[in-house]
Amino acid sequence: MSAPSIETPRSLSRRNAQRSNFELYSWLFMRISGIVLVFLVLGHLFIMNFLDGGVQRINFAFVAGRWASPFWQVWDLTMLWLAMLHGTNGMRTIINDYAERDQTRFWLKMILYVSSAFIILLGTLVIFTFDPNLG
Amino acid sequence: MATTTPVGTLYRGGEGMWTWVLHRITGVGVFFFLFVHVLDTALVRVSPEAYDIVIATYKTPIVALLEVGLVGAVLFHALNGLRVIAVDFWSKGPRFQRQMTWGIAAVWLVVMIPGAYYMLMHSIEALFGSTP
Ligand code: HEM
Repeated sequence: MSAPSIETPRSLSRRNAQRSNFELYSWLFMRISGIVLVFLVLGHLFIMNFLDGGVQRINFAFVAGRWASPFWQVWDLTMLWLAMLHGTNGMRTIINDYAERDQTRFWLKMILYVSSAFIILLGTLVIFTFDPNLG
Repeated sequence: MATTTPVGTLYRGGEGMWTWVLHRITGVGVFFFLFVHVLDTALVRVSPEAYDIVIATYKTPIVALLEVGLVGAVLFHALNGLRVIAVDFWSKGPRFQRQMTWGIAAVWLVVMIPGAYYMLMHSIEALFGSTP
């Protein structure tokens, strides 16, 4: 079996390919969002699982108490958007790595983008339209 | 001969490969959990009862165990993510990357051993009547 051939980086087909810095920005975004998420996500997990008895104390009234404060609304909204964009971008990388057929790659990414957009919009709507007097 | 099948990976074992594998697995796992978590929290828009019923399942021993797994996965991903960032941006990062790997393993254990005990305390009491 012969060794696999790897196209030289400066070959014509590559140079003619569309130039864009998207992958650079995406690489940078993973790192910047990662640093912010350390505080938001680890803080969130600590508060929810370790403070005042952890998950045992969580119910509707607890959520109502928290989202009465704009501070926690902004915290949760920022965390939702950053984690979803970071996670979706990470999943995009993984699909690009493993899905070999163009068709498969395209459709997997379409499913990813549509479901991620749905979750981001749903979460945003819930934070903004929360009604403590419901029910 | 045309090679259309994957011809192997650049990684040949070692801590660097395993932290990468774990980073990928924990990233995917946490991402899927986040989907479910936004959906369960969205129940606060349905009714207080619906939300409380679903949250009650989070307080059962089996789900408590899964929560420990989630916290462990997020903590590893966060610590290793910071290591990756340090390797990329800190001039001495590549030189110390192996020490940093053992550092995050130590931090992970120091947080997770008491953390797991604390998170499972309520379940242990419910199952056995008391905690050791
Ligand atoms: C808590 C703080 C976090 C930090 C510091 C962090 C850091 C990182 C970094 C630096 C990368 C890029 C790795 C690379 O380019 O080689 C990455 C990838 C990734 N992250 Fe995170 N992350 C965090 C939270 C999250 C969360 C909450 C999710 C899920 C929603 C997530 C899902 C992913 C996924 C799926 C990847 C792609 C993995 C891969 O390509 O192998 N991360 N993370």
